[in-house]
Amino acid sequence: MTMASTSTRRGWGFMAPALLWTTAFFVAPFTIMLAMSLASLDGRELIWSLSLDNYHKLFTQPYLTKAIWVSLQITLTVTVISVLLAYPLAWIIAFRVPKRWQRLVLLLSILPFWTSYVVRSYSWLLVMSREGMLNNAMMSLGLISEPLQMASSRFATVTGFVHFFVMLLTLTIFANLVQLSPNYRRAAVDLGASGWQAFRHVILPLTLPGIMVGAFLTFVLCIGDYITPQILGGNNELTVPQVIMMQLGRRGDFPLASAMSLVLMGLVTLAYIATARWLRLDRI
Amino acid sequence: MRVIQWVYLAVAFAFIYLPVASLVLFSLKDGNLPLPPFEGPTLRWYQEVLGDHQLMAALGNSLLVAVFSSLTACTLGFLAAYGLARHVLPGSVFMRGLLIAPMTVSYLIVGLGLLIVFNQLGIGLSLWTAGMGHVVINLPLCFAIIYASMGAQQQNAERAARDLGANEGRVITLVTIPMLAPAILAAFFLAMTLSWDEFVIAFLLTRFDVTLPVEIWSLLRSGLSPKTNAIGSLVFLGSVTVVLLLEIFLFGRRRT
Amino acid sequence: MTASISINGLHHSFGDFHALKDIDLSIDIGEYTVLLGPSGCGKTTLLSILGGFLVPSRGHVMIGDKDMTRVQPAKRPTTTMFQDYALFPHMTLKDNVAFGLRMRGLGKTDRHAKADQFLELVGLRQDGTKRPHELSGGQRQRVALARALAVNPDVLLLDEPLGALDLKLRRSMQDELKAIQREVGTTFVHVTHDQEEAMAIADRIVVMNAGRIEDQGPPDRVYRRPCSLFAANFMGEVNQIPAWRDQGGLETPLGPLPLSHDFGDTEQGVACIRPEQLTTETQEWSLGTATVIDSAFFGAHYRCHLRSDRAPNLTLVAYLPPNAEPKAGSSLPLYADPADVSLFTTPDTQEAIA
Repeated sequence: MTMASTSTRRGWGFMAPALLWTTAFFVAPFTIMLAMSLASLDGRELIWSLSLDNYHKLFTQPYLTKAIWVSLQITLTVTVISVLLAYPLAWIIAFRVPKRWQRLVLLLSILPFWTSYVVRSYSWLLVMSREGMLNNAMMSLGLISEPLQMASSRFATVTGFVHFFVMLLTLTIFANLVQLSPNYRRAAVDLGASGWQAFRHVILPLTLPGIMVGAFLTFVLCIGDYITPQILGGNNELTVPQVIMMQLGRRGDFPLASAMSLVLMGLVTLAYIATARWLRLDRI
Repeated sequence: MRVIQWVYLAVAFAFIYLPVASLVLFSLKDGNLPLPPFEGPTLRWYQEVLGDHQLMAALGNSLLVAVFSSLTACTLGFLAAYGLARHVLPGSVFMRGLLIAPMTVSYLIVGLGLLIVFNQLGIGLSLWTAGMGHVVINLPLCFAIIYASMGAQQQNAERAARDLGANEGRVITLVTIPMLAPAILAAFFLAMTLSWDEFVIAFLLTRFDVTLPVEIWSLLRSGLSPKTNAIGSLVFLGSVTVVLLLEIFLFGRRRT
Repeated sequence: MTASISINGLHHSFGDFHALKDIDLSIDIGEYTVLLGPSGCGKTTLLSILGGFLVPSRGHVMIGDKDMTRVQPAKRPTTTMFQDYALFPHMTLKDNVAFGLRMRGLGKTDRHAKADQFLELVGLRQDGTKRPHELSGGQRQRVALARALAVNPDVLLLDEPLGALDLKLRRSMQDELKAIQREVGTTFVHVTHDQEEAMAIADRIVVMNAGRIEDQGPPDRVYRRPCSLFAANFMGEVNQIPAWRDQGGLETPLGPLPLSHDFGDTEQGVACIRPEQLTTETQEWSLGTATVIDSAFFGAHYRCHLRSDRAPNLTLVAYLPPNAEPKAGSSLPLYADPADVSLFTTPDTQEAIA
């Protein structure tokens, strides 16, 4: 019918700029990256080909294989610890802090979120360095006699990440908890559930989708981050983003960097598949 | 049990504020290393930051890139959301997915992909290229926020306006945009804060003129310095001021 | 301004679902018409077609003497008052009411003067600078009415306009709507599922069911002499008594029904009589005696459930006058005027005989 087709034509008109932008600057680069990952490098000369050499390297070059493992381990550790720390915090803010203070406390708990991302990792370096606040405080309390080596380690990287993601997850989990009708809990307790049982059987399942969305977001942001491991992690072990940046900077090896990037995306896809039944991104 | 909860809250806050506190504290230190013991206070590092032309230029660049990329992302996102929500389109689920897709991809990969394309096309890197990258990452966000807030209430008001004789342009400018203003502003400011603070894409896609995070990054290479603390504290203060103003004037009002 | 409406052979389907079937309807100039029916009967679809929000699969809509079937809402001499009012929340009441005039290119002073006039009409002259969220439900409804009327439509379409109001407010708004319609003279087409609202307000009631028009006419006629069993039921409580042809007359379980006409081609059907038309005073049709099962006092009448002594399976509802004071268990003689009885064949055909 004429009315429907006019509407369709106009609809395309409105969609066109965004679609073109996404196609030109996201889909096309991605496709070229895909082709690039199959190319090879002769000295600094790029040779377009269809070879799986770069992917083969991922398994034969130990430093590449190790980077994948390190990235996965760090990301999973960070995701689990962040959720476990953020849930109680969000819970306390949602249900224990008096209503009139709630918004203020929530705002305060995520305020450092707005520190510059680069500066935040740098701040942890200050706190954890050999002569930093933490060592200083613990020594004057007599807890340790020698300063601990905290910075430039996986511990430092994980701490830096957890700091960031606890704030992010507190926000998402809080939003989830407060939109839950308090009657669910009341009904469960009324039917004889203990506080823990009400949480375990009613509140937790109801907030699980929210947790999973937050966890997936954490995974995506964490596994792709370059700054935190670069500033806090030291030189003992490298993550995938660090390796990618190294290929770009030192060697100009775009084909290998592209292949590593696709591996990174593969890992994100795996995480998506693992959490897909809670995410329902299509509902956004 | 109650006590444990308050203790937990206190410890969590200590953890959250520990780095910010040491950042701000040692930005005031009268010495060359931002580490204990504290001496001072002094404002000389702030003076140094404000007198640093390169840093100030980077700050200006960052604002420029943030404002322009957010405006572009919001405009494209709004148009797409309107088209998708108000018109009958085949394959709308697929297009929605396509527009959201960049959200699940690391900034590093978005940046790398664009870098390869710009290299291949021989396009020189500049603030423009970084801004284009920021539009790519912020467009899905703006689209999703605005699309989610397009409810039945707006649709009915738009229908009433059309019934009273408004053409599509006037429906959009007089009814849709004013009604969606909170969502559009929220999307704009979120995009601003993300673009303003973004490092990897800006690092890969700029060359001579750089944005603030990239400039701070190069400061870091020269080691720990109270000057870095000072610029970090300033950025924190600025962002917090904006966030608080937004909370009070934009989102606070909606509750009443 | 005002205009007549004529709908011919209208048919509309959503995919496999036939929302409207063979609709023919004429509405006179300045008439207040109510489309009445249960949800899903097609009344809102019909209104959307009148407003131009839907193009019918088949058939024509004439407003005045122009074919409007495929004309866009903005180009029609109709305006719609939406169910949720759809007031623009970011504009003052005055700007809301003036919106349609603004779209027609009227200058600010003129359109505000006109808006004031229409706000006056609905009693909100003083509140022109307020915004919709500061108003009560009834006030919002008035603003929506003023906004729709301000552009001087020939036809005003009202989609369940009182649905969001509480009962008391609804009754008083009905009176107001009708008074305003008399004053402006515009043709009103109003959709509702509330039969009391329809009777209170309409010049003409159109009863719809399953995509068809079951009956149409003035409220008293549709109530007293409905054209279909569905219309009889939807317009209010009714007693359905089985009836069949017997030796040239009509027989019921409650005794012979003295009527000169019958079901025509068919042998049997139902005889319908409203509860208030059953009486204990002698009338031409005697229904025998009945036992009161229970009764409830409604102010103007007692509503009683009665079990007929002649046919114990049949429960009747009767509205008896307040002075009757019927007691449960007591026995009453029941009569009715055969002229008040409507005859229908089985519910399948739902065809009126009377």
